[in-house]
Amino acid sequence: MLKLTGRLALAAAVGLGLAAGAGSVKAETPKRGGTLSFVVASDLPSFDGHRETTFGVVHPLAPFYSLLIRVNPANPGDPTDFECDLCVGGIPTPENDGKKYTFNLRKGVTFHDGTPLTSADVKATYEKIINPPEGIPSARKSYYRMVDSISTPDDHTIVFDLKFASASFIPAMANPFNFIYSKKDLDEHGLNWHTQNVNGSGPFKFVQYQPGAFVEGVRNDNFYMEGRPYLDGYRSIIAPKMAVRLQAIRGDRAAIEFRGFPPKARDDLVKALGDKVTVQESDWNCNLLVTPNTKRPAIDDVRVRQALTLGVDRWGGSNYLSQIAIVKTVGGVVFPNHPLAATKEELHKLKGYYPDIEKSRAEAKALLADAGKSDLKIDFSNRGVDQPYKVVGTWLVDQWRKIGVDAAQRVQPSGPFYDTLRKTRDHDVSIDFNCQAVIDPVADITKFLPSSGSNFTGFEHPGLETIYKQIEKEGDPAKLRALIRDYEHLVLDETASSMITLWWYKINVHRSYVKGWKVAPSHYLAQQLDPVWLDK
Amino acid sequence: MTTVTESAVEAQVEDLTPKTSFWKAAIKMARNQPVGVAGLGVVFLMVFAAIFAPYLTSYDPVINQYEFILTPPGAEFFLGTDQFGRDIFTRILYGARTALFVGFTAATVGAVGGLVLGVASAYFGGMFDLIFQRIMDVFMAFPLIILALAVVATLGSGTENVINAITIPFIPQCARVVRSNALAIREIPYVDAARALGFGHARIILRHMVPNVMAPFLILFTAFVGQAILLEASLSYLGMGVQEPTPAWGLMLQGGAEEYAESAPWVAIWPGVAISLAVFGFNLFGDAMRDTLDPKLRSR
Amino acid sequence: MSKYIIQRVLLMIPTLIGAGILVFFLMRMIPGDICELRLAGTGLAVDQEQIDICRENLGLNRALPVQFIDFMIGFVTFDLGDSMWTGKPITEEIGLRFQLSLQVAIMATIVATVIAIPLGAISAIKQDTWLDYAVRIFSIAGIAIPSFWLGIMIILGLLIITQQVTGIPWMPPIEYKAIWVDPMHNLSQLIWPAVATGYRYSAVATRMTRSALLEVLREDYIRTARAKGLVEKIVINRHALKNSMLPVVTIIGIEFAFLIGGLVVTEQVFNLNGIGKLFVDSVSNHDYTMVQALVMLVVMSFVIVNFIIDLCYAWLDPRIRYS
Repeated sequence: MLKLTGRLALAAAVGLGLAAGAGSVKAETPKRGGTLSFVVASDLPSFDGHRETTFGVVHPLAPFYSLLIRVNPANPGDPTDFECDLCVGGIPTPENDGKKYTFNLRKGVTFHDGTPLTSADVKATYEKIINPPEGIPSARKSYYRMVDSISTPDDHTIVFDLKFASASFIPAMANPFNFIYSKKDLDEHGLNWHTQNVNGSGPFKFVQYQPGAFVEGVRNDNFYMEGRPYLDGYRSIIAPKMAVRLQAIRGDRAAIEFRGFPPKARDDLVKALGDKVTVQESDWNCNLLVTPNTKRPAIDDVRVRQALTLGVDRWGGSNYLSQIAIVKTVGGVVFPNHPLAATKEELHKLKGYYPDIEKSRAEAKALLADAGKSDLKIDFSNRGVDQPYKVVGTWLVDQWRKIGVDAAQRVQPSGPFYDTLRKTRDHDVSIDFNCQAVIDPVADITKFLPSSGSNFTGFEHPGLETIYKQIEKEGDPAKLRALIRDYEHLVLDETASSMITLWWYKINVHRSYVKGWKVAPSHYLAQQLDPVWLDK
Repeated sequence: MTTVTESAVEAQVEDLTPKTSFWKAAIKMARNQPVGVAGLGVVFLMVFAAIFAPYLTSYDPVINQYEFILTPPGAEFFLGTDQFGRDIFTRILYGARTALFVGFTAATVGAVGGLVLGVASAYFGGMFDLIFQRIMDVFMAFPLIILALAVVATLGSGTENVINAITIPFIPQCARVVRSNALAIREIPYVDAARALGFGHARIILRHMVPNVMAPFLILFTAFVGQAILLEASLSYLGMGVQEPTPAWGLMLQGGAEEYAESAPWVAIWPGVAISLAVFGFNLFGDAMRDTLDPKLRSR
Repeated sequence: MSKYIIQRVLLMIPTLIGAGILVFFLMRMIPGDICELRLAGTGLAVDQEQIDICRENLGLNRALPVQFIDFMIGFVTFDLGDSMWTGKPITEEIGLRFQLSLQVAIMATIVATVIAIPLGAISAIKQDTWLDYAVRIFSIAGIAIPSFWLGIMIILGLLIITQQVTGIPWMPPIEYKAIWVDPMHNLSQLIWPAVATGYRYSAVATRMTRSALLEVLREDYIRTARAKGLVEKIVINRHALKNSMLPVVTIIGIEFAFLIGGLVVTEQVFNLNGIGKLFVDSVSNHDYTMVQALVMLVVMSFVIVNFIIDLCYAWLDPRIRYS
């Protein structure tokens, strides 16, 4: 209990530092009415948030649904500022040594079809997410390993009993994909019904979906938050090409895009439209990695891996690359600026983060020579998505050339790319990324844990597993921070088993008449649109 | 004794084949087809750019120069730079190499493959021809770009696979035209005569049938080079073609070029001009060649 | 004639089966599958168990021959099934996009015809004059300029010119509305892609008009007509042009069938939700059922258009039937 509070308090202290990205917004009285058009880069495979993983599902569908708790849309930059959506009385404090959470639900909430929402609906939803019956996919089931059982003492109370105390529980509950479904629908139509149909309790009601084109929503007049939503409705327009999305904002065919634009595009839009557009920026809880295939000859040699990371000029790249790509921030394994993240001085000591790139390149060349690989040729697998993968990929090839490594870039569409990374494994190094919704450093750094299931290095290291187990249980902020530094040093420097290139940087340029939307450190978060209004 | 008869028949046969020599045709074409010569000029210019690229520019086509990101055209960079600070003029020069390599390889393999299969199909006829024609039908019915997309998705992107993807649909196109021309030759009695004399299949095909389908073959070949350059550009634009950092025109139009088109239009304009000009040159030349070689369309 | 028709129809069957085999195995050769893409597509940890469930649900665990026979039976009985990616009926998904692609194709054909026939005629009549050269260069340029680049230039031009002139940048709408719902919106969106594809299309048709007309002009009856002292205009309009239209109509027909495929790239540039974009998306999503259905439809329309053209020729010129 003490441990947990300590950790939460610490995280809360950080929040302030992060919220800076949101900029200063004067309190204005929201106007009602209008339809918001926004562009989304991805089509939606199905409507069922529980089984899907793309933001292409969140942006058009989140406004139809309620969550039990959510990231505060007025302050989404703060990783610990959660608020009640369906619950009342604030985020519950844990009982039973951090192993029991009791949520009280709002009364008088109804689904769009008129069915009242009760604790049975929330329970049925979480049972579907955590313990899906055979044949029903659930993409984030593993986030809820700590949950033992869910009970509903009455219609407006729901209790989660945990197997062990975990600070990851509350962030996991705020996951934006956890749309609350009606038990009646699940019982009557089965657990696949929501892939094709929408019946939520959120601020907007589903009107239509035209595959490949758009999703349309209209105001839910029975929404439980007083006065909200402000918009009459919205249209979520699918536009996979970045150029089209930029032109759409420029020609006012859409007012906003929620993922992010490269800086050069921001400058162009601001230059062309002046104060008709507003810019919001934030660090982004995503980073691009270079994942070495440690089972391949040469790459199995730690000296070669260290040389590859030493050869990458992150500080210089941050300056140059941040003009043309959606990456910017130099960071270690933890979300930059988080108190658990490494400071600049700490980073400078790690291989590949030295302030002097010439020293770094010299060391890289020496290591390669030592390993007998001075004329190394590597197969570099990349994903066929322009921003930021291919832009960063081209930069990496250029960086490695400077230490005499000849990297042949092999770009494949997403399907074959993941097949190479997960199964074929005939690559030497690959682009990979770690992109999380709710910020939770302890959960987010599992990517670097060889046994985690999302780690594609093929590496084995008992030492890393031991440290991670300690991190999971450590409640003292200072000790936790020290443990994470050890973990970071081991991953990025000593074993060079993963290499972080740069963290993403989220730039949202939108029409200035869009108000009430604040940039979050993740494109998954705070997308229910109930606070958004149009100043027209 | 046989040798005498053989040469006699062959002499007869030769009388039937068109006699215009290559040089005569070339001179005639130059005189009658000034536009075609202009096309040839463009082709030569492209070959020149490809061969002498390193001497025509002092920049490197792949090394990133971050201090010169998206520099407008000027004294230092003739056509400006792209989002990686690379000189666009240099990348266009080196891009000619990629275009010509892809264009000629795909056209050669596609046209020669089509020639062999088309002539064989016409010559042997029967079951072979019937089955072969059905296979060709399947490939013909597949739209070119769709077949290429599927092949690239299967084999993966990169220069070699792009060539494969472009070549596969060329073969049936060429085979079909060659076959119909070869069929007409096959009906002429001398082929039967040659066969009656016991000449081998290979000899009859190579000495009598192939030379007679050379005109459509050459016309198709030139058209294929232009088409291949255009297809390569389209595939690269869709992100399924040649990959960075290889300088290639279609690739230069993809991604950043389009995103920054309004503030840096030079990135989007020049590679497109290069593609258009190259294909234009090959088509002009091909047209002139068709008019010269195909008597039906020759001027009054 | 009826024997010829039956023979031609029978010959279509192996083509369709061949296309089916080709697309079926081509798609399955692409590394990775829809389940992995869907669950692992964002780089998160995924249980193999979840992938197996997905495969089981989509019938991807069955033996390949079983899947193939299933696909063929579905095709023959006109039951195209559901899209693997969206789970919606394929007919519904295609129907929606077909409307848009068909409209662009028709508009492009109109653009092409309007440009091609007068230009081709002028070029033939004024053969070897500067006018002929100008038309030929214009039409060869149409084949040489990549239509996607032309599209990029059109959008860029619109944005820049409107900004210069009115101060407010204008771009074509990015959402499709049917022509009977909002004609202005519809046309202001689709005219640009129609021009971008129509130009290339017109180039092919202009060249065909020119050469067909040239050939007819050489025929004896035209010489006779001229010798009779008929006005050149009447000779051209009443005799020559009319008689040279068959090959022109043929090429327009053939190109029309190919236009759907040609739209693949243009639809990307203009963010059009048409058949071409559906094809690209379905290939990258590994949506086997959708790609199979699309390819079969394109191949079938091609085969049918060809069949009709052949029939016309056979009807007009009986010698063809026996060759």
